[in-house]
Amino acid sequence: MNLNYGSEYDSFRKEVKDFCKEWKGINFKDQAKIPIAQNHESYGATLTRSEWQSILIEKGYFARSVPKEYGGFGGESDVIKNRIIASEFASEKIPPAMGGQGIDMLVPTLLELGTEEQKMQYIKPTLHGEMIWCQGYSEPNAGSDLASLQTKGELINDNWVINGQKIWTSTAQYSQMMFCLVRTEPEAQKHAGISYLLIPMETPGLEVRPLVDMTLKAGFNEVFFTDVTIPKENIVGKRGEGWAVANATLGHERGSLANPNAMMNRLNELISRMKEENIDGVRLIDIPVYRDKLITIQSKVTAFQSNSLRVLSSKLNKNQDSKLAGMIQKLVGTELRHELEGFAVDIMGEMGTLYEDSPHLRDGGSWQFLYMYYLGLIIGGGTSQIQKNIISERGLGMPREPKVQGV
Amino acid sequence: MYFGLSEDQKFFQENVSKFLDDQCGLDCIRTITEDSQSNLQEHIQNGLVNLGINSLLIPEEYGGLGLDMLFTAAVSQSLGGGVAPFSFTGPYVMAPIAIVYGGSEGQKEKYLKGMSQNTIRMGVGFSEYIGARDGAEIKIKNNKVSGKALFVLDAKNSTHLMLSNKEGVIGIVTSDADGVDIIDLTAVDKTRNFSEIYLNNVDIDVLGLTQENNNAITKSIDAGRISIAADSLGASQRLIDKAVEYSKERKQFGRVIGSFQAVKHMCAEMVSDLEPCYSLVWHAAHCFTYMQEESRLMSCHAKSHLSEVSKLISKKATEVHGGMGFTDLMGVHYWFKRIGVNRHILGAPELVREEAAKIQNF
Repeated sequence: MNLNYGSEYDSFRKEVKDFCKEWKGINFKDQAKIPIAQNHESYGATLTRSEWQSILIEKGYFARSVPKEYGGFGGESDVIKNRIIASEFASEKIPPAMGGQGIDMLVPTLLELGTEEQKMQYIKPTLHGEMIWCQGYSEPNAGSDLASLQTKGELINDNWVINGQKIWTSTAQYSQMMFCLVRTEPEAQKHAGISYLLIPMETPGLEVRPLVDMTLKAGFNEVFFTDVTIPKENIVGKRGEGWAVANATLGHERGSLANPNAMMNRLNELISRMKEENIDGVRLIDIPVYRDKLITIQSKVTAFQSNSLRVLSSKLNKNQDSKLAGMIQKLVGTELRHELEGFAVDIMGEMGTLYEDSPHLRDGGSWQFLYMYYLGLIIGGGTSQIQKNIISERGLGMPREPKVQGV
Repeated sequence: MYFGLSEDQKFFQENVSKFLDDQCGLDCIRTITEDSQSNLQEHIQNGLVNLGINSLLIPEEYGGLGLDMLFTAAVSQSLGGGVAPFSFTGPYVMAPIAIVYGGSEGQKEKYLKGMSQNTIRMGVGFSEYIGARDGAEIKIKNNKVSGKALFVLDAKNSTHLMLSNKEGVIGIVTSDADGVDIIDLTAVDKTRNFSEIYLNNVDIDVLGLTQENNNAITKSIDAGRISIAADSLGASQRLIDKAVEYSKERKQFGRVIGSFQAVKHMCAEMVSDLEPCYSLVWHAAHCFTYMQEESRLMSCHAKSHLSEVSKLISKKATEVHGGMGFTDLMGVHYWFKRIGVNRHILGAPELVREEAAKIQNF
């Protein structure tokens, strides 16, 4: 066991700390298009989201390993530096680089499987926050069983003509582009009939309808396609290879849904709240039942954070096996965060149920909001039940559910 | 940066597991726990002492191996996995740590050397420092001790007993001294022994530094908690392995039960609960030796969290075995009971969490 990152990282950490000091309290001229879960305090320099992305790329704090010609920093990928950046930014409340599905999923996909033209055309504006993407995967009848999707693409006169419907499309209302799974080979077996297409959102025949979720925000959309026509070059990989293209980067999303540093910060906010709130003059943190439950959750968060160190370590030390430790992160992380937020709501009692702009609202209503929001993350990106299938089948080698005929 | 067990630690751990697998299968455990006349227990323990498990934490200058807490936790994990039929945590973890932190040079010379040579074997009774039940208490005065200590670990085969009063003053008596009465307790877990000790004006060798501060007892309890947590970790992993294996063989409705989602999800839940526990226990053990300021809190987390997780796993893994899991024949109950008792040694999770809160000044 060696928890030191090494002396070369001490100077890097110092550099990041100085950077955080310089940019503390940064203010944005434009609203975050992509929801950023972390709240930061705004009183410092004012700039646009896109300018912020550029600053972070220039320092190598974002898009580190993306080549310069595609708009990245052009350095070596370094998981330890990424971790230092994440933890320093989190503790200083510096807004992290914009994420979202374009950056987290499309960019790695293009880097791995895109043509040179696609890389040149799409990666730079995406990294710089000028081109927002949404992901067109799920359909009303293709959720957990994603490969049964039916949105259809036909090649007519060197154009793809697309008809069908997508759902749960986050950020579609702000996006310029969609990466989309479409059935282009209706004769082929289920997984082999799908292609991965890139669709401009302003194409005629494409309609976005916001879908309001339980938090009362339109986090998702439905997207309808009526003879949406795009050039035949807008495909990543070959015809019928879309399933493999999508799976090449699905892991990126799952890991990013549960950040242990953010969770530990949130726990510390909860502890502060428990020292401030009281019932009949007794601080919540002094009430034995609440106190016990708080430490129970602290144990879990601590274990989850240690687990992420182990996963990080296995990326640095190739002989180290932590397959299961990585596989459980989405399930454990989202469930635990939901539990944490829910506990905070519970200890505040009626006050915890207040929402929007109510009098007596605590912390901007963020506990109640995130309690609901994380239920969405438990379901999205592969539900907890799907995660358990994956863990038992791929992790433990248990048999797949037999196919049932004709039901 | 490397987070995990080293090659040396894994190698030693595997040797312990292999020894137990070869020498101490279910039949052996059964004999030891059912037949008090059997000498198999001593055979197993001596075999592991030959590997050095008695002197892991004893500094080299006193004949020990001078290893750290992570190494010790790695071994404890293997012992829990094999439900090793003897106490490790009391005599080989808590006792040496208490002497290292609380003993005089002369005491170290005498006890640590004797322990490393396996001529001294220490039972450990600190229960009353954590929370006295049934009015148990010992009083130490003028190097004499009187009173009652409950739930003493491994007193049965000991040469000496290490005991603490409520204030954390630690002293050592010889087990066969006049005025020492050792009474066996029958816990649900019979792979280890637990006793109550009556003392009537018995000579006691007090560890001098323990009269000045609580370092020795807190370090000893922290070490014990990490070791017990690691034992439960190993035991839980073995239960999951057994459950998964059984589910791939047992057929009902014309298919192996491991193909039913109800069963698969129970197994996935067990894995998801247990996997972060490896990191927690290793991290706590690392902090014990190298990051003292975080050590107390981390050992509380490790002990209380493993108590909860292993309890759930002992239930679910038994259920995956169906009716067979409930039988004596299958032997799953040895792990269930081991975990059940571990939960309470050195403080049940509720008590340990309260301690964790106090450590943080909550």
